[in-house]
Amino acid sequence: MKIDRRSFLSFLIGGAAGTTLSPLPWKLTDDIAIWSQMWPWTPVPERGDVSYVNSACTLCPGGCGISVRTVGERTVKIEGQPGHPINDGNLCTLGLAGTQLLYGPRRVKSPLIKMNGRFVEISWEDAIAEIAAKLKELRTGGHAHSVAAIADSDRGTVSQLLNRLLTVYGSPQFFRMPSIHDNYELTLNLMQGVRATAGFDVDNSDMVVSFGSGLLEGWGTPVHMFQAHSRWRDAGGRLIQIEPRLSNTAAKADNWLAVNPGTEGVLALGMAHVIIKESLMHAEFINENTKGFETWKQQVLDGYSPAKVAEITGVEADITAKLARDFARAKRPLAICGRGKGLVPGSVQEFIAVHALNALVGNIGREGGIWAIPESEYINWPEPEMDDIAATGMQQKRIDLAGTSKYPHARYLLHRLSEHVNSGVDSPIQVLFVADANPAYSLPNSAAFTEAIKKIPLVVSFSAYMGETATLADFVLPSPSYLERYEDRPVVAGFNRPLINLTRPVVEPLFNTMHTGDVVIQLAQAVGGSVASAFPWANYQECLEETMGDKWDVLLEQGYWVDSEFNPPAWSTAFETESSRFEFVNPAIDAMPHFAPVQPAGDEAKFSLVLIPFDTMRLWNGYIGDPQFVIKSVEDTILKGNDVLVEINPATAKAIGLKDNSLAVLSTPTGEAKVRIHYYNGMMPGLVGLPRGLGHTAFEKNLAGKGVNINALMAPVEDPATGFDAAWGIRAKLTRA
Amino acid sequence: MSAVDDRERTESESEADQVSETASSGNGEIKQDDSNASIILFFIVGLAASLVVGWVVFPKLLYSQKEQPVEFNHALHNELVDEGCESCHFFREDGTYAGVPKLAQCIDCHEEVQGDSEAEEYFVTEYVQKGREVPWMIYSRQPPCVFFSHVAHVKKGGMDCVTCHGHIGESESLRPYEENRISRYSRDIWGHNIGRISRNSWDGMKMDDCAECHKKENVNQGSVQTHRGGCFVCHK
Repeated sequence: MKIDRRSFLSFLIGGAAGTTLSPLPWKLTDDIAIWSQMWPWTPVPERGDVSYVNSACTLCPGGCGISVRTVGERTVKIEGQPGHPINDGNLCTLGLAGTQLLYGPRRVKSPLIKMNGRFVEISWEDAIAEIAAKLKELRTGGHAHSVAAIADSDRGTVSQLLNRLLTVYGSPQFFRMPSIHDNYELTLNLMQGVRATAGFDVDNSDMVVSFGSGLLEGWGTPVHMFQAHSRWRDAGGRLIQIEPRLSNTAAKADNWLAVNPGTEGVLALGMAHVIIKESLMHAEFINENTKGFETWKQQVLDGYSPAKVAEITGVEADITAKLARDFARAKRPLAICGRGKGLVPGSVQEFIAVHALNALVGNIGREGGIWAIPESEYINWPEPEMDDIAATGMQQKRIDLAGTSKYPHARYLLHRLSEHVNSGVDSPIQVLFVADANPAYSLPNSAAFTEAIKKIPLVVSFSAYMGETATLADFVLPSPSYLERYEDRPVVAGFNRPLINLTRPVVEPLFNTMHTGDVVIQLAQAVGGSVASAFPWANYQECLEETMGDKWDVLLEQGYWVDSEFNPPAWSTAFETESSRFEFVNPAIDAMPHFAPVQPAGDEAKFSLVLIPFDTMRLWNGYIGDPQFVIKSVEDTILKGNDVLVEINPATAKAIGLKDNSLAVLSTPTGEAKVRIHYYNGMMPGLVGLPRGLGHTAFEKNLAGKGVNINALMAPVEDPATGFDAAWGIRAKLTRA
Repeated sequence: MSAVDDRERTESESEADQVSETASSGNGEIKQDDSNASIILFFIVGLAASLVVGWVVFPKLLYSQKEQPVEFNHALHNELVDEGCESCHFFREDGTYAGVPKLAQCIDCHEEVQGDSEAEEYFVTEYVQKGREVPWMIYSRQPPCVFFSHVAHVKKGGMDCVTCHGHIGESESLRPYEENRISRYSRDIWGHNIGRISRNSWDGMKMDDCAECHKKENVNQGSVQTHRGGCFVCHK
């Protein structure tokens, strides 16, 4: 037998065949795969006892219940809480990424004071003593009303403690961040005479007409809206999306009507015209429970014929008419407004128009309709004793003139603050507290607010994270993160029942933080006198438990309290207007300037395009910027490397000589920025779309410096009827870079 | 010379080589048969050798054998307790599973030496008296990418321990822990048979084993995205 090259090759082939018939290659592949998961730099939770805590997500106003899994001392996973009325076990990407905010690099680890432009650590005692000294000095000097506070909400014990501190101290300058709820609250107040927030019975609607609301972009209670959308799909309900851009909501809707931007309210009145003309309205409701219908009817019939509406909105008369008929004939129709995620209040007359459209089909307080949710009145602290300084201070005007004869309808006009602070030599605001808000990033014309905040002598941020506003502050007094503290979070974002969530500590506080509620109480005690006696609690926990009363045990047990029996009152008792009816028109509404679509700021001759902001579930523009996992999920039609892409219709781009993916300079009357062009047929010609939520200057490198902050390019446009910011866009131009 | 010409020349040269090779090997048929037989023989030798390596040698090399730190008799303990496995491997009030008992539990009975076994005496002197936890090696430990809830299977699903863990509760001694030298996990995960030929439901705890049962029992098969088995049931 000869052993030659051939026999050797044959041996190898036999060996190879045998190997494939043995488990060796398959088992090795599997083992190597598992081995590769265990490289020492791969983060793996430690072994330990597993526990779950039911708590609440506070990263957006959406009010989801969460179930947090902790292994040993470390939180490893946040999931939706099964059975929670808002999200029943589901959660969005931001909520899921919450652990990254807890452990991530953006946390503020101890109280900080700014010395020569740099933050240095300070003890809690010294920080509170220094701020209290300044407060005392201003108060005795007759400048109590120059102390202001900004919070993300005016509900809940923490915001109310802050508000109470200002009141007994003698300052009316409490602000909450703007949102569409400014307008919904006002609309309900004007037309129904109630102090309430709008709740939407979306689960039971069979036709939803959304006037630009990003129902799948984070509007209202985002996770609940996603679930409702799925239910409409399954139950044969319909969604009609009205907006100039093909958003995710528009793409998933049954119909998408590309309307000229800013004219959505006009389209609502066009629909009303058809419904009235063809007598399709809810006769019982109109006849027995409303006032002013005849006057309003005449206004709508005279001013908003489908032909005229077509001219303004760009939606053909036939389409408006068909939509109106479908809407009136649907069993449980619902019209919703407030653009995108609902961050900009908008024009109140648009809200009034949409609300009137709902009234016309009789879905006020009805199944599948729009409900007035009374402000939950669980905070019943005794009236504080006001000394002379407090009483005098509270008589002073608010710096934004909200509630004065100039802006009688507005409660808070935060966008006006920077204008006032920047206009004089000395800032009329001497001390500014900022809690759970990041106005230096998220207010339109953020540069102006940044300038203002620099001018204010003492700025105190309570932020747990080093955001833009905290970076500009003189003191950062970090609160524990939402996974480390107790706090009540009443949900006001359009849910259809009164609901209060409770955030609960899931882990021991990781850093040297103090609850904002405790800081406020300690500040009050340091100021002394009647200011101190308005805060009879030893600490925030005592205040919270006492305030919640018999709800506390329920909150502790299930993580939320809901008035599950809540049903909107019958029409005969629902309205608290002078006529005790729903009022289409009344003196207050009549006194408003004639309704006209809001025009964007800027000179058309100089700026031929219009920039519109858009929202997505993958970008967050509020107090929280995207955590690392979430920013990674942003598609490359929005963000490529550090460049943001602007959406523009190819025809518009070609007309000004801009190629797809080329660099360009986007300028508006407020500012300019380098962007990349993205040809998008889903964008109406003449418009440029830029997402909200990018262009952070603060936070870690995964987020900072990526893209452009659209708020640096925007400017508020005041609604002549209310003073609220109603800007849906701004004039802009694109030039080749 | 162009590139095409160059290639043509090379091809024609190699054809010429083949012709000459055929001519030189065509000396006789006997030699040809002999050569073929040796080729087949070597093929078979190669095949057999690799099969032996793959099925017999490889598993012996792949796993190291480790003795558990303390000898433990499940059968003996099982006779003395009232609630079977759950007496020691219990569920906490919040539904979480305690897993392998901690020293604190053992101390309940073994604060002092109870019987006359050497193993117990060793356990008491080395661990109880020194207050050290026993570093048990867990046969069924899964990688951290797997989320497994005992309560979902035992309480909600009504499964018994044997389905996954076999008859360990009746064993009189702990078998050696066989550790995979590459993945560092127990041999029980892959299953004792290297070819994953399983006779019992407890032979193997790989994803496929979980998926097989999940499919059969229709456990959260409706993923919203894919309308197939939900990945996030276990990988979450």
